[in-house]
Amino acid sequence: MLDLKDLYQEVIVDHNRSPRNFGKIEHPQKILEGFNPLCGDRLTLYLNVDDGRIADIKFDASGCAISIASASLMTEEVKRKSVAEAETIFTDFHELVTDSGQQIDFDKFGKLAVLAGVRDYPSRVKCATLCWHTLQAVLAGDDTPVTTE
Amino acid sequence: MTQPNAAAPSASDPGFPVEEYRQDFPILSRTVRDKPLVYLDNAATSQKPQQVIDALDDYYHDYNSNIHRGVHTLSELATDKYETSRGKVKDFINAASDKEIIFVRGTTEGINLIAQSYGRSNLRAGDEIILSEMEHHSNIVPWQLLCEQTGAILKVIPINDAGELSMDEYKNLLNERTRIVSVAHISNALGTVNPVKEITDLAHAANAVVILDGAQAAPHTQVDVRALNCDFYAFSGHKLFGPTGIGVLYGKQALLEDMPPHHGGGDMIKMVTFEKTLYNDLPYKFEAGTPYIAGVIGLGEAIDYINNIGIDRIGNYEHELLQYATEAAATVTGLKLIGVAKDKASILSFVVHGIHPHDLGTILDHDGIAIRSGHHCAMPVMERFKIPATARASFAFYNTIEEIDKLITGIDKAKRIFK
Repeated sequence: MLDLKDLYQEVIVDHNRSPRNFGKIEHPQKILEGFNPLCGDRLTLYLNVDDGRIADIKFDASGCAISIASASLMTEEVKRKSVAEAETIFTDFHELVTDSGQQIDFDKFGKLAVLAGVRDYPSRVKCATLCWHTLQAVLAGDDTPVTTE
Repeated sequence: MTQPNAAAPSASDPGFPVEEYRQDFPILSRTVRDKPLVYLDNAATSQKPQQVIDALDDYYHDYNSNIHRGVHTLSELATDKYETSRGKVKDFINAASDKEIIFVRGTTEGINLIAQSYGRSNLRAGDEIILSEMEHHSNIVPWQLLCEQTGAILKVIPINDAGELSMDEYKNLLNERTRIVSVAHISNALGTVNPVKEITDLAHAANAVVILDGAQAAPHTQVDVRALNCDFYAFSGHKLFGPTGIGVLYGKQALLEDMPPHHGGGDMIKMVTFEKTLYNDLPYKFEAGTPYIAGVIGLGEAIDYINNIGIDRIGNYEHELLQYATEAAATVTGLKLIGVAKDKASILSFVVHGIHPHDLGTILDHDGIAIRSGHHCAMPVMERFKIPATARASFAFYNTIEEIDKLITGIDKAKRIFK
């Protein structure tokens, strides 16, 4: 089992305290809200997609450290990636945070690997994936707010 | 690290054998994440003593059968145990008669029963229902449904910064249109003990009926429905060291007699023809279908267990725990209590600066400490205090001073992580 220090480690605490890409894009091409009714985490994603690439991404959020840090790490990860690449990362990431049997590939996941610790806390998986579900929905062109329930 | 500097509590009951009682609860000796379980989520549900677990087991093992119908031995045994439990409940809350004790699934079903049976047959458009700002969703939503059905209107007693009801506002809300006043005896989110006797007397002076949500009160304080003079009182078995899925609705007999059944089916009838059905007498009129027989028997066993200790002793010991925890919490910088009413039950709701309650809950869980974090099904309370959630530690008589020390140590650890 991962130790707690692997969940609330420096990267998560740091991204919670100073989230990257935090704020709004003025006149974004895409905007979508995500909401976790269980614990009240809320986030709004702002996106500009240019020629199939995520040209810019920002978020606004209130919630627990896991949800804020995960959104911050996600925006860093997918910025300037293609939409298809972002979707692949989400699929892999989802497995990383839910599949306890999986070996953690630190090279592949980079900083995202720090969130693997939530797999030992099933009630917190949604905190880590809310931003990703919202990203997936906004890229698919959905305009109804995402909820994790 | 902050050390609670409060000395051992002033022991008004130094002989309270908490370690002995803990032995009765098998779950208390398990570990969670390789640490001894520290269970501080009693307001959500309590743990069960071996006696209750055995009672459930004995029923299924030795005399499982349906009640009220069979002439065979097992059915008579089960019926006797079931009805004996009803008598125990009656005595536990000092009701006047067994007819006033209706078994339901829990507090939520009890309140819904009143809303749909009493409410729908007595309320009209423009009638008013008074609730309070500190209610659990289960004492809000059933009334909203009733308002949609009847055109009745909800009025809400506000709470002050300490988490106490504003009695002046309450008096202002009462008027000739008030039909129902429904409030918590003890708040699950704040721990506030409400002045329910005074609330009841004022409501009766305005000719309104009074419903008390006793989910949090029944496990911690003496409930005397005749002294309170409330019209209805609902509580759950699982918070009272009994099984989940069983609860009690008390109602004054005269009111229950006039109310239509909320469910139709077997056991609630005297005679059925396609032309007309004659309903059964109280309390069976409200117990359609085969009930949770084992649950009722288990609840009776839980009440015996409580009576053997004494509900007043339990309340006093828990008060000492609350006092100790409140003083210890005051030594933690950045910790703010939500709910500091003068009269409080053993619930400590709080926020810690810079730490979301869910993160705190996870960090404490890592040390085997179970607390609740969230809105506690009382979103209006969170709104009132402008917070998304709180952390809540709630104590039962099997908790100890050492466990509270572990809680404080755990909070300190979370603060170090988030420093």
